[in-house]
Amino acid sequence: MDFDLNEEQRMLAKTVADFCKQDSTVERFRKLRDADGDGWERRVWQQMGELGWLGVPFPERVGGFGGAFVDAALILEQFGRTLVPEPYLSCLVLGGYALLLGGSEEQQRRFLAPMVEGRSAVALGWAERRSRFDPSRVETSATRRGDGWHLEGEKIFVLDGHAADEVVVSARTDQGVGLFVVPGDAVDRQLLRLLDGRRGAHLRLDLDVGDDRRLSVQDGAEVLRRVLDYGAAATVAEGVGVAQSMLSRTVDYLGEREQFGVKIGSFQALQHRAVDMFVEVELLRSINMESIVRADEEGIERERAISAAKLQLADGGLQVARQAIQLHGGIGVTDEHDIGLFFKRMHVLATVGGDEAHHVARYAKRMD
Amino acid sequence: MDLTFSAEDEAFRQEVRGWISGAMPPEMRAKAAANHHFSMPEIMQWHKILYAKGWVAPHWPKEYGGAGFTATQQFIFAEELERAGAPGLSPFGLVMVGPLIQRFGTDAQKARFLPKILSGEEVWCQGYSEPNAGSDLASLTTKAEDQGDHFLVNGSKTWTTYAQYADWIFCLVRTSHEGKKQAGISFLLIDMKSEGVEVKPMLTLGGTPAFCDTFFTNVKVPKDNLLGPLHGGWNLAKALLGHERTLVGSVGIVERGLRVARRIAAAQVGPDGRPLAQDPLFRAKLARLEMRLRAHRMANYRAVAVQAKGHHPGPESSILKLVGSVLTQKADELAMELMGHDQLSWLNDAGAVPEFERWVPSQYCYDRATTIYAGSNEIQKNIIAKLILGLPKQ
Repeated sequence: MDFDLNEEQRMLAKTVADFCKQDSTVERFRKLRDADGDGWERRVWQQMGELGWLGVPFPERVGGFGGAFVDAALILEQFGRTLVPEPYLSCLVLGGYALLLGGSEEQQRRFLAPMVEGRSAVALGWAERRSRFDPSRVETSATRRGDGWHLEGEKIFVLDGHAADEVVVSARTDQGVGLFVVPGDAVDRQLLRLLDGRRGAHLRLDLDVGDDRRLSVQDGAEVLRRVLDYGAAATVAEGVGVAQSMLSRTVDYLGEREQFGVKIGSFQALQHRAVDMFVEVELLRSINMESIVRADEEGIERERAISAAKLQLADGGLQVARQAIQLHGGIGVTDEHDIGLFFKRMHVLATVGGDEAHHVARYAKRMD
Repeated sequence: MDLTFSAEDEAFRQEVRGWISGAMPPEMRAKAAANHHFSMPEIMQWHKILYAKGWVAPHWPKEYGGAGFTATQQFIFAEELERAGAPGLSPFGLVMVGPLIQRFGTDAQKARFLPKILSGEEVWCQGYSEPNAGSDLASLTTKAEDQGDHFLVNGSKTWTTYAQYADWIFCLVRTSHEGKKQAGISFLLIDMKSEGVEVKPMLTLGGTPAFCDTFFTNVKVPKDNLLGPLHGGWNLAKALLGHERTLVGSVGIVERGLRVARRIAAAQVGPDGRPLAQDPLFRAKLARLEMRLRAHRMANYRAVAVQAKGHHPGPESSILKLVGSVLTQKADELAMELMGHDQLSWLNDAGAVPEFERWVPSQYCYDRATTIYAGSNEIQKNIIAKLILGLPKQ
């Protein structure tokens, strides 16, 4: 048993951490949030591609490095620390793994390889009004039309779907759930502001696509379940960075802010809240390690580990986020202060890929 | 990162598992299967079986008769013991004073005490807390006066668990009133058969006679029984708290609690006539606990992995006590809730409730202690706030 990163992973984490500190501070996120535009920058996405960050978990045939999901998770953890807005979770993980697990090699070269280079972003649209967190509940339909398919239906809360070049969507065929790649600008997109200041879209689908845009996999729902597990593990990995950042920002604040003539961090009631945060962060860090290592595995232990990690994120991670606001007092409830941005991101992460109730129920079904 | 145990470690686990199931006497196995309480004599019986195998002190170096297990093997061994429901050994000799004697004792002290701790021939108890020195341990007043060739000890100690079975007690005593209160404390080893030592057992909330008050009236203690430097006892006590903390972080205890809860859930009938194990609400409750335990287990593995590399576990390992103690209580609470009316039973004769439920209410009551002993969770939080988070002094 060894929890240490290898030399390459340590270097990768350090390079990403330096980037976050110098080139993608919280201030950058805030500016992009408040500006018109996508909320993130193509220029930076491309830079990430050049640095190889978009290829770490993918095979060499699409320009990747043949690593494991762990490597992508390391990057996400660092991104969480300063709220890096590029669509790593929404496109690289969700869109990327959908293409990797669902597409033929030809389709991977066509749709995934450009994303690995940072020239494209591929989002994933699977959720519908009545699906809740179950990707097999699909009402969007795909019917044969000529050589291709006619897609009709609605996909909701497609993360970064407003700006994606391509979107992988699920649709019901007469043989089950199929996955299709649709061009972003060929669908009717309703731009959405999300709770955490990022963006997404509701997609109204009513278009024809060629058969070459149907991913080769037969059981699309099964692929989506795996992809959403990667997504869930990714939210936890990013959540570790968010939680760690909230803890250290809060501890700093407790050591600076004075009331009653003393630093408020000297009060036991506040110290114990800070320690409660620390405990939850350490538990999150611990279960995250199991979750990201098992993400590439087949079988029930992967699902158990990832669901346990999601519970720790939704329960422990949100406790950290809420305590952080409480300990900042009134200033923590203003939009001006950064701590609230982390709070909101944590809430989004806790929900994406299945919320607390979903994962507890899933785990309960898989209990002996 | 590699979260699997090596093939050698897995082979070791199988060896240990096989040995334990063969080594536990049938009546002990039956009690373990029914989740019954083990008395101190039964605990010592198991101690001697482990001693005969050479596995009673997995964490002691070989030179002192330890099993010489690696950190990982120690963890696996502890997990397997818990899994089998084997009696938990008395920690006072093996885990607490033994390692301190190894580290701070003279050659004569090592030769005198260590072999008999190992064999179980001498049983130890702990003399730390006093009626007026609990969380504020350094304010203790039991005093040891220098009488030339011996110390004269007067005072009283409380929560001296199983002192009625103990041959020896290790005590923190005041030897000086000068300087900081921590600086006047010494660490004494006292023979319980000495004249002037009196033990009064008392029942715990669990109905077991585990707690005692121990009184010292003009007890003569040879100078040779001072462990470590005079007035230097506080440092020994601090070193000990480290051991105690790891001890109570135990994953196996929570696992066992959950196993009990699952067994009750399978046997108790829910409102719809099906076993509670199939009731969605209780399944969700069980699931939540198991999921929390999973995170706790990984936190423990992290601490083990650090130790396996020869490093001391970081102060982060102090979360293990906080989390483990709370999860232990949660598992008890759930087991009680699952029992329905049976949770009203108190140690009745066979037939009143299913055998595996008999001790659950007692365990539930006694385990309120888990968040209090070994440095209450509030004291632990004070320590973490100061030493790890670096928050300002209160």
